Amino acid sequence: MSITDFFTDLLNPDLAFLPKALAMAVMSSVVCGVVGCYVVLRGMAFIGDAVAHAVFPGIAVAFVFQGSLVLGGAVAGVATALLIAIFSQNRRVKEDSLIGVFLVAAFALGIVIISQAPGYAGSLQQFLFGAITGIPDRDLYLVGGTGLVILGLVLALHKEFVAVCLDREMSRSMGLPVFWLDIVLYVLVTLAVVISLQTIGNILVLALLITPAAAARLLTDRLGVMMLLAPAIGGGSALIGLYLSWSYDLPVGGTIVLVATAVFLASWLWAPRHGLFTKRWRAVRADERSEGAVPKREVAVGGGAQ
Amino acid sequence: MRALAIEQLDVDLGGRPVLRGVRLHLDAGELVGLLGPNGAGKTTLLRAILALIRPRGGRVLVEGRPSRPGRSAIGYVPQRHEFTWDFPISVEQVVLSGRTGRVGLLRRPGVADWRAVGEALDRVQLAALRRRPVGELSGGQRQRVLVARALALAPRILLLDEPFTGLDMPTQELLGDLFASLAAEGRAVLMTTHDLVAAMESCTRLVLLNRTVVADGRPEELQDVEVWMRTFGVSETSPLLKLVRAV
Repeated sequence: MSITDFFTDLLNPDLAFLPKALAMAVMSSVVCGVVGCYVVLRGMAFIGDAVAHAVFPGIAVAFVFQGSLVLGGAVAGVATALLIAIFSQNRRVKEDSLIGVFLVAAFALGIVIISQAPGYAGSLQQFLFGAITGIPDRDLYLVGGTGLVILGLVLALHKEFVAVCLDREMSRSMGLPVFWLDIVLYVLVTLAVVISLQTIGNILVLALLITPAAAARLLTDRLGVMMLLAPAIGGGSALIGLYLSWSYDLPVGGTIVLVATAVFLASWLWAPRHGLFTKRWRAVRADERSEGAVPKREVAVGGGAQ
Repeated sequence: MRALAIEQLDVDLGGRPVLRGVRLHLDAGELVGLLGPNGAGKTTLLRAILALIRPRGGRVLVEGRPSRPGRSAIGYVPQRHEFTWDFPISVEQVVLSGRTGRVGLLRRPGVADWRAVGEALDRVQLAALRRRPVGELSGGQRQRVLVARALALAPRILLLDEPFTGLDMPTQELLGDLFASLAAEGRAVLMTTHDLVAAMESCTRLVLLNRTVVADGRPEELQDVEVWMRTFGVSETSPLLKLVRAV
């Protein structure tokens, strides 16, 4: 299918779910891209994974009682994030073990709850792998609104988040409320995960959080640029992924994630400064240059000491 | 008034006694070296001065008032490994991050903040590298970035945690000179170190710590090997004592 056909389908009133799915996918990818920068830089990918699993019981409850999936997931996810943040203040049990305990427990709870609902197998698959149909308008507004709140909080607390990422001890000595900033960040990660569940699915949502931010990290050494690149990569992957998924009848979540992964791999190989091939190529160029004119010994020593 | 006065400080960590009856004072213009074996409580003492841990007894007075995080005129330079060096951020942004608490929530850094950053960078001679990503700096340059970050608050007291560890001798000398001149300009500087030679060379006063202050005096006053043996728990044949006699 050509791009033009895709746009025609987007405007076709009979396919009203398609533009809605696109809006959902792009919004959630952009928000995940921004929040994901902190997740990648703080090395808290595992927390993202935990939260993604933890929202599952909330979604299951919402499904059983016919409530809003976004709201149900948010409540469960935030509750788990708070539990992890509080328990991790005690350094005796390491954070990764705690997360291991809570994420599996939450997921198990979700499975038990949803097994009580009739005909759960189909809906289970939808939660796990995402779907582009059946998005209620209400969720569209909820996701849009939540996304704006998340981005607003990131903008407001950016310098505090950076300070805590850089050096917790120093941040404490400056009088920053490190514990509360951690909680806010965990909640933001949770909300970003929850609003992405609908299209991407529970299992794959971690990729939206990590992959665009990791690719952006390879492309730049400046935080500001990284926080613009990551949502751009995420949003672009969502658009291209949805197009491919619609054209070739592929599962939407998986396709979006694979597009983002392709961007990551390309960055890994060809990033301007840190890419694998870029480094090789630069090394070869440097060798050629030094072979041309052998520098005098003194010069070589002086250069080495720089 | 003392820049820093520690009176009968007792600190427990996890129910175990770490510091007992610590008495120590610092005046403006002093560069004091805090020496002691691993586990002697050096870093704990610094954290207690910063009021990051609540002491069991005694008190810490900063310019006559109890120490409080974010309120006291203390600049803190933690050990280099406490900092996330692979973070994509430039030298000047790191120094600016030292003012995060002062700038305040929901505010952007203003002219005064950037001026303080410029002055701090000039002071540690890193102005030429201000836009460089911190991950590309050498060990000595990294240490100077952390000092500049602390100086961005224009503190009258500076606490340095093992600034010499992992650095070669010429770099240590340069840093030692920097700390000495920061003290000479009227700051009170307290640094923990394992580097006896550098401490003897640049400090105006040495404090030997092992759970409590074992000795406190100018380097030339600490010739008595017995206090060194007691602080570090070594025997008379220890190479450490040869070093003490030699310096």
